[in-house]
Amino acid sequence: MIAEIGLASLWLAAVLALLQLAGGVLAFRTDGTGGENPMGMFIRPAAIVQAFFAACSFVALLYVFAVTDLSVKLVAANSHSAKPMIFKLAGSWGNHEGSMLLWVTVMAFSGALIAALERRLPERMMQATLAAQGFVALGFYAFLLFSSNPFERLEVPAPEGMGLNPLLQDIGLALHPPVLYFGYVGLSVAFSFAVGALLTRQVTPEFARVSRPWVLAAWVCLTMGITAGSYWAYYELGWGGWWFWDPVENASLMPWLAATALLHSISVLAARDALRAWTILLGVIAFSMSMLGTFLVRSGILTSVHAFAVDPERGMFILVLLGIYIGGALLLFGLRAGAVAEGERFAATSREGALVVNNVLLSATLGIVLLGTLYPLLTEAFDVRVSVGPNYFNPVSAIFVLPMLVVMAIGPLLRWRRDRLERVMKPLALLTVIGAVVLAIVALVADIAFLPLVGLALAAILAVASFIPLRRRKLTRVPLATWGMVVAHFGIAVALFGMASESAFSSERLAALEVGETAQAGPWRVTLNGVDPVAGPNWTALEGRLAVRAEDASRTSEPIMMAPQSRTFWAPVQQTTESALATRWNGQLYAVLGNQLDDGRWQLRLWWKPFVTFIWYGGLLIAFGGVLSIIGRVRKDLTRRSVRSRLASRRADERALEAAA
Amino acid sequence: MSRWKLFVPLGLFALVLGLAAYQLNQPKDDRIVSAMVGKPLPEFALPAALNGGQPVTNAMFADGKPRLLNVWASWCLPCIAEAPQLEALDEAGVEIVGVAIRDKPEDIAAFLETHGDPYSSIGADDLSELQLALGSSGVPETFVIDGQGIIRHQHIGDIRSEHVPELLAELREAQE
Repeated sequence: MIAEIGLASLWLAAVLALLQLAGGVLAFRTDGTGGENPMGMFIRPAAIVQAFFAACSFVALLYVFAVTDLSVKLVAANSHSAKPMIFKLAGSWGNHEGSMLLWVTVMAFSGALIAALERRLPERMMQATLAAQGFVALGFYAFLLFSSNPFERLEVPAPEGMGLNPLLQDIGLALHPPVLYFGYVGLSVAFSFAVGALLTRQVTPEFARVSRPWVLAAWVCLTMGITAGSYWAYYELGWGGWWFWDPVENASLMPWLAATALLHSISVLAARDALRAWTILLGVIAFSMSMLGTFLVRSGILTSVHAFAVDPERGMFILVLLGIYIGGALLLFGLRAGAVAEGERFAATSREGALVVNNVLLSATLGIVLLGTLYPLLTEAFDVRVSVGPNYFNPVSAIFVLPMLVVMAIGPLLRWRRDRLERVMKPLALLTVIGAVVLAIVALVADIAFLPLVGLALAAILAVASFIPLRRRKLTRVPLATWGMVVAHFGIAVALFGMASESAFSSERLAALEVGETAQAGPWRVTLNGVDPVAGPNWTALEGRLAVRAEDASRTSEPIMMAPQSRTFWAPVQQTTESALATRWNGQLYAVLGNQLDDGRWQLRLWWKPFVTFIWYGGLLIAFGGVLSIIGRVRKDLTRRSVRSRLASRRADERALEAAA
Repeated sequence: MSRWKLFVPLGLFALVLGLAAYQLNQPKDDRIVSAMVGKPLPEFALPAALNGGQPVTNAMFADGKPRLLNVWASWCLPCIAEAPQLEALDEAGVEIVGVAIRDKPEDIAAFLETHGDPYSSIGADDLSELQLALGSSGVPETFVIDGQGIIRHQHIGDIRSEHVPELLAELREAQE
């Protein structure tokens, strides 16, 4: 019954998306004649009610998973009655159909938010925007209803479910997709705004100011989602790495790169009315990257650890949707962008100039990642199988990322419109000295590779540079949005430091230990105290007990205890390694328990990774900077609007008084 | 900016779209053929999977008679689907040696009870060690081993009825 309610809700939501689209088209077409089409008034309510039905449908799915209704095919294929509740719920989006339902639910939710809250733009533009949002949603509803129905029943209920992939039975991964989806699909709002602006030919600073907080919010979610995903891969997969350039990781990185570029160009449009066409194009590209990512993951066209639905028919369906939406938006861009008057001009040495360089370099990085991700597709057309890995991505993306980081250090110091480099000579000299000193010290003390070396120096430069915009300003009066920029840029420095330090200074140790023996890993002495069997709700495991002491600590000092596990799940049967982490302020000790050898010794893999945690601290700081910026921008905009409306009403009063006198 | 440049993004996208559409309609072969085909069996000695059964070693395969080595498990659904075909092969006089992956004796006994027992002996590979050494990436898989203990052919996935003659032909070839 609940499953049928879910399916019915999905149909209703689809119909409302159609109403949203039809209302938009009618209102748009008849607008020229002067009269307003009454259909226009349905658009906002339709968006809100559509989100309500989509949410109902998703809640119904959560319910059938929570009670493990095994007559629903999806539940039988992906859940198991003996799973802990949180993973039963997470199972609802840990599969193809459920994750697509989450996708459209988030899409409907984003649309409803702008329909309910956004009243700052001309109504005509909002109608076009919401119609575009409805149009995109409609395609994905069709995809769910016609080829990926999550509520499909089995004729005979299964006696027991097949279970959820054990790798996904982890709290990090249970929560990571929803956050990521809010980012991915939240970018649909930027896309719809861009389409709305093109349709109404109003690419204005006002449009930029209004869409900026929405883009920021999606970007914050995307940042957090990527950070969480990276940390999950790091501790759950047991390979000790934090980024693998897997197609699916790239699929989340590409929208982030595009959204980051969009964020910066939208600021130029808002502040200076420049970069109009470019901003629109980025708005289209950002969400296109999300859709492309969905296609790559869902069609199974690329081989990836994440690809879980290999079905060419579904792939073709999404590909057609991609063609309609991205192709349509880019066609619209080609037709209309020429008519968007060129924006304000600016000198090369200016804040805008630096932002343009940043934009170009971000886009180039995006291009590099896109090329690397699609390259296997290209070569397979010629029957050559390749896999593109870090050997390509690391150096090639560094070509663009390193100069971008340099520009990032300098850009915020420059003034809008026109500036002279001489004016910022002092801070530039300071930064150069810092960079050179760090470079020299590290190069002398440690023998490390080129990229991590440059990374460390740049991290030092950026860390200082990110705070320079605050100099000679009263800290209490600095706008919140500026704080947001400072924190986010500092977060980049922190993350960069973590990445460089991890790749430069990690030490790895493979040891085979008897119980009681000790191995050395970095500055730590690790003693194997024993290996015991333990049992969880749906797994059994061998758990190593490790006592860890610092190199220079006495033998009797209190050790840190670590317990890495090798788990065996039984539904479905799969082994996972649960690494154990000991976190110190200056790094993490990472331990993985391997097999027992024939002579009774246990394999242990140990890494000491100095400052690796800074990668994710940095990611969190970047997201926090985004949050500060949203609050700052929205508050400032609302204040300005209320001041303006109060002024207008006072002027009206005065005029009325004069008229009366 | 000249107008045609505004259509460059659309053109690039069309290229990607075309490529993806082409690739999507290509038959995709995800099967990873073992690098061990053509090489001798790795050395191994598996304990018997059933209480009171025979252990399985690589030495058994060097007596001049070609055999099938069937990698399977009682918890694997496609293994149920291929059971009748294994029966047919058994009736055709083929000796089939089983390797049970991560299994329990009572489950194996129950499986053989329900779906028939075509095996001359079954070894227990509790940690998939032999499976990995054979280069097998899943269950079920069936290897044709010739009389010198050399792996001649690998069949990935369940054996359907149309595969039975193929396997018999492979076995005859291994005999020569």
